Amino acid sequence: MSEYLLKAVDISKAFVGVQALDAVSLDIRPGEIHCLAGENGCGKSTLIKIISGVYQQDAGYIEFNGKRFTRITPLEAIAMGIQVIYQDFSIFPNLTVMENLAFNTELAAGRRLVNKRRMRTVAEEALSKINFDIELDRLVGSLSVAEKQMVAICRALMFDAKLIIMDEPTTALTRKEVRALFEIILKLKEQGIAILFVSHKLNEVFEISERFTIFRSGKHIVSGNTSELDDRKFSYYMTGREFDAEPFRPRYEGGECVLEVENLAIEGAFEDVSFRLCRGEILGITGLLDSGRSELALALFGLRRSTGGRILVKGKEIAMGSPRDAIEAGIGYVPEDRLSEGLFLPRSIADNIVISEIDRLTGALSVLDFRRYRQEVEDWVRALSIATPDPENACSTLSGGNQQRVVLAKWLACKPDVLVLNGPTVGVDIGSKHDIHRILQRLANEGMAVIIISDDLPEVLQNCSHLLIMKDGRIVARPDPGSTDENTVLSHML
Amino acid sequence: MKKKFRKLISRTEFYIALVFLALCLLIQLRSGQFFTPNNIVDILSALVVPGIFAVGAFMVIISGGFDVSFPALASLTSFVTTKVLLDAGWQGGVWLPFLIALVLGALLGAFNGLFIGYFELPAMIVTLGSSSFFKGLMQGALNSKQLAVIPVGMRSFGTSALFVAKNVESGLTSRMPTTFLVLAGVLLVTWFLLNRTMFGRGIYAIGGNPVSAHRAGFNVRRTRFLLLVYVGMISALAGLCRVCMMQQMHPTNMLGMEMNVIAGVVLGGTAIIGGAGTLFGCMLGTGLIVLVENSMILIGIPTVWKDAFVGALIVIGTGISAFQVNRARRAGLRNVRKGAAL
Amino acid sequence: MNALLKFYRRDRHISRLVIMLAGWLIFMAITCFDKFFSIRNFPTIASVIPEYGLMSLGAMVCMITGGIDLSGVGIANLTSITMALFMKSLPDETGYVTPWMVPLVLLMAILCGLCAGAVNGTLISKVKIPPILATLGINQLLTGIAMVITNGPAVQNIPPVYSSMINNKLLKVVPGKRGTVSGLIPVQLLIFVAVVLLIWFLMARTSYGKKLYMIGTNENVARYSGLKVDRMLIKTYAMSGACAALGGMIMLANYSSARADYGSQYTLQCILIVVLGGVSPTGGRGKISGVMLAIVLLSLLEAGINRFPQISSYYITMIWGAVLLLVMVLNYFAENPIRKRR
Repeated sequence: MSEYLLKAVDISKAFVGVQALDAVSLDIRPGEIHCLAGENGCGKSTLIKIISGVYQQDAGYIEFNGKRFTRITPLEAIAMGIQVIYQDFSIFPNLTVMENLAFNTELAAGRRLVNKRRMRTVAEEALSKINFDIELDRLVGSLSVAEKQMVAICRALMFDAKLIIMDEPTTALTRKEVRALFEIILKLKEQGIAILFVSHKLNEVFEISERFTIFRSGKHIVSGNTSELDDRKFSYYMTGREFDAEPFRPRYEGGECVLEVENLAIEGAFEDVSFRLCRGEILGITGLLDSGRSELALALFGLRRSTGGRILVKGKEIAMGSPRDAIEAGIGYVPEDRLSEGLFLPRSIADNIVISEIDRLTGALSVLDFRRYRQEVEDWVRALSIATPDPENACSTLSGGNQQRVVLAKWLACKPDVLVLNGPTVGVDIGSKHDIHRILQRLANEGMAVIIISDDLPEVLQNCSHLLIMKDGRIVARPDPGSTDENTVLSHML
Repeated sequence: MKKKFRKLISRTEFYIALVFLALCLLIQLRSGQFFTPNNIVDILSALVVPGIFAVGAFMVIISGGFDVSFPALASLTSFVTTKVLLDAGWQGGVWLPFLIALVLGALLGAFNGLFIGYFELPAMIVTLGSSSFFKGLMQGALNSKQLAVIPVGMRSFGTSALFVAKNVESGLTSRMPTTFLVLAGVLLVTWFLLNRTMFGRGIYAIGGNPVSAHRAGFNVRRTRFLLLVYVGMISALAGLCRVCMMQQMHPTNMLGMEMNVIAGVVLGGTAIIGGAGTLFGCMLGTGLIVLVENSMILIGIPTVWKDAFVGALIVIGTGISAFQVNRARRAGLRNVRKGAAL
Repeated sequence: MNALLKFYRRDRHISRLVIMLAGWLIFMAITCFDKFFSIRNFPTIASVIPEYGLMSLGAMVCMITGGIDLSGVGIANLTSITMALFMKSLPDETGYVTPWMVPLVLLMAILCGLCAGAVNGTLISKVKIPPILATLGINQLLTGIAMVITNGPAVQNIPPVYSSMINNKLLKVVPGKRGTVSGLIPVQLLIFVAVVLLIWFLMARTSYGKKLYMIGTNENVARYSGLKVDRMLIKTYAMSGACAALGGMIMLANYSSARADYGSQYTLQCILIVVLGGVSPTGGRGKISGVMLAIVLLSLLEAGINRFPQISSYYITMIWGAVLLLVMVLNYFAENPIRKRR
């Protein structure tokens, strides 16, 4: 028995000309919680897929349990005890919990017929491993995200797993659910199962892992004990740059009040929300995933109809029926999920930038004025320094940070008075995150009113001039961001 | 008990069954002729061919695609079968025609399956092309014409009856065709495949999420391929039943059935994005369309109204179920929120 | 050579269509140059294209939004029937009808098409019925209404001025039978070209076109970007309906009669053309140039095969199916270059 459960040595992999992994190494000890971190596109997922046998590496080898492999098939990986829990959990929403749990073992055993009784025992056994209690006949599609994840974990445990790889497991979980997940991870560790925890969130890396490995653009940067890591080192390893976070100091003088929200409510989501926002201010709204903050954002942008209260823009009451109403009133909205709400990935960067203001770039008969169109695109690409050789390229060719800049550009192009951002830096690498913060501060200082809705506390504390904390659909506190700290805010949230 | 009832009323099948019953009652009230033995037997016998087709269409929709090639496939296989046996002067039983049709159906299904399973092309487009291809093959290369005579085995099979139902009042009689057994058999086998074999659960799994199905260890390509082979086989059976029941081979009169069959399947609560639906619902939906097509005369509506009625039924039926789905989704969102808050 | 390669790479799909077209023209030139490349052949081909060409344009815009329109034929037939009945009611005792009523009738037809299409759009965007079912149901419903109006048989004896005007051929240079001279460019083609130019303009030069592609790419993002998705969908389906209605009016001119079941093969044929033209069935991708090429390719294939009297014209459907499958498989191999997987 070697010291390491898994050793991946000098793994390289290239896709059609792009070097995704360049001689990276990773080693995991038995029963260890190891965190693999890196920005989007650094090669984390490629390595996972090589370890689990989905891809085959171009060079290098993998040692598992002392046995050396130059290639692993998915079946071998499972047989040896490697299990991956993907970000989408790989579940079947249209089938029952029982079937979701039992399929893998049944298939692995090469069974051709369905035996309900056997499947039920298998499923019950799986659930009992982490004492997870759920009705076996429920459709998985009707479960909450956390419950789905539990189902996926139970399923992974059924194969005498020695190593469980979790790909960004906390993305869609509430804080409470993350706690529960971490407890389960610790329980698994007690059973001698090693966990490879893939994340780019600093606080999670600190909280749960014993050792860490960081990749940057396909290269291995550093491995070590988490106890030796701190904030500054972490962002330096991740990005290769050093950052000095600059707290927001409002400089815009004499800002008129542009947005007033009075007793706004959506039944079952939030109620009695009131605030005022002036030019030059950045308002932070924070709260847990279930606090109603996202619904508030949707209501401000006409995507959900409010059931009470009113919204006034520049003193005029606005009937928010659709996003168009909001845009015409001068409100822009950067949504939570860039991929499914913010961007037309396969379409060009240029089209993405101008789509919301496209009717302003037309002449008679809504004929597009291509000269103005190109000029507008060029201006925004330059203004937000979007890194692309040609704005006619598809948006999917950009990195996460640049994609988020495109979303920003789209809204800034509409010249809003109020810009609402829901999770502006989720899934954005640290470098771009700083740049986006700087852009937002600059916009405020030029007279825009900005609302940042986020559960990233350092983000709101650093960038906001005012702060609202929501809990269970109500505003519970309005501390001054300059004179409060994370723990105080957190105590209001919980 | 209450929970069970709640579950019942949340299902589309429940509403279709209600509509179905209401329609039966309406016809009964208007004509007094609905619940007579011969009428019910007539409707059941009209259900045979669309019913078998619907099972095939249903399975493909469950797997997340659309098959529009089954009428062409059925026409081609039943034409070739009939023609070959006629030319050979086959005087024996009906087993040989069924065997030939099954083999041909499997071959043509494999043709579809090759494109859909192994090249991973969208089923609707592939079957659109193959439908055109089969039709052209039959009418062009094989120079198909109406065959007024069919082999004796097929003829006697088509006219044979399980029993004869008699309406005491009017004295009208209707035969329950033996081909009904084919429908029953197909339903039985398909039910077993879908619910009791890993192959069938694989079809549901692929319809739910093909990527997860692959990761879970289902052989997605092979499952899709075999599915299309099976669908080809049962479609061929339907075609042959049709020929036997009509006592002649008419190459084109099955063409154009695909849309009504698919509409029936979806009316029965099958999710058009795949993954959800039951055989029972599929039969209910198909039955509803057959019922409307066959009972209009009973309530004194001229048959020219048939298409208009079926069209309206499709629009209203799918409209109701779309409305249901939207409401459920909204309610679901609220519940998830509640769950998260706890 | 490099320029050619560059052209090929700019849009591989369209390039492949061009190559196929060229190949077919060369083949026809070798085998029967005189008959095929005759000046008399052209107007014949050109007067049929608009029938399904117009419907294909409608199907194209709908498919670009990520939907599908199967109601074209129903709209076309109901429109042509009502317009035929309307025209029949026009003549006074002397039987004279002013030629000015032709543009008026066309305008009314377009209006009918717009209305029917708007119903489709409303069912899809507001009631949220899946496009395939909504348009399928509407198609059936409209066909049914047409059936009820006509009772089955064709509406004939429409004022001859209509057919002669639409069927007219301009540019009298083609030698006809017995010393007459007929025209080179049929009016139908002019109407078609006008609609093509209009739609090309809408899609490539206006904000409507940009939005259309965006909605097809991702409807949700389009909503979040403040596009009025529902209104766009209604407009688009209305436009498709108008195209289909015009197609129906051209059929009316070509056949001098209207019937509830004319051109029923066009439903699937149009989808085939659109997919062959490179429009993605999931929406967001496709060009009018590709669809035009597909229309020309298919009609030339058809016309070419008709030049071989020994080959049944039914082969055409077979070749269509084969071409569609071939193009799809070529695309598959182009997108997934053979490489070692796993």
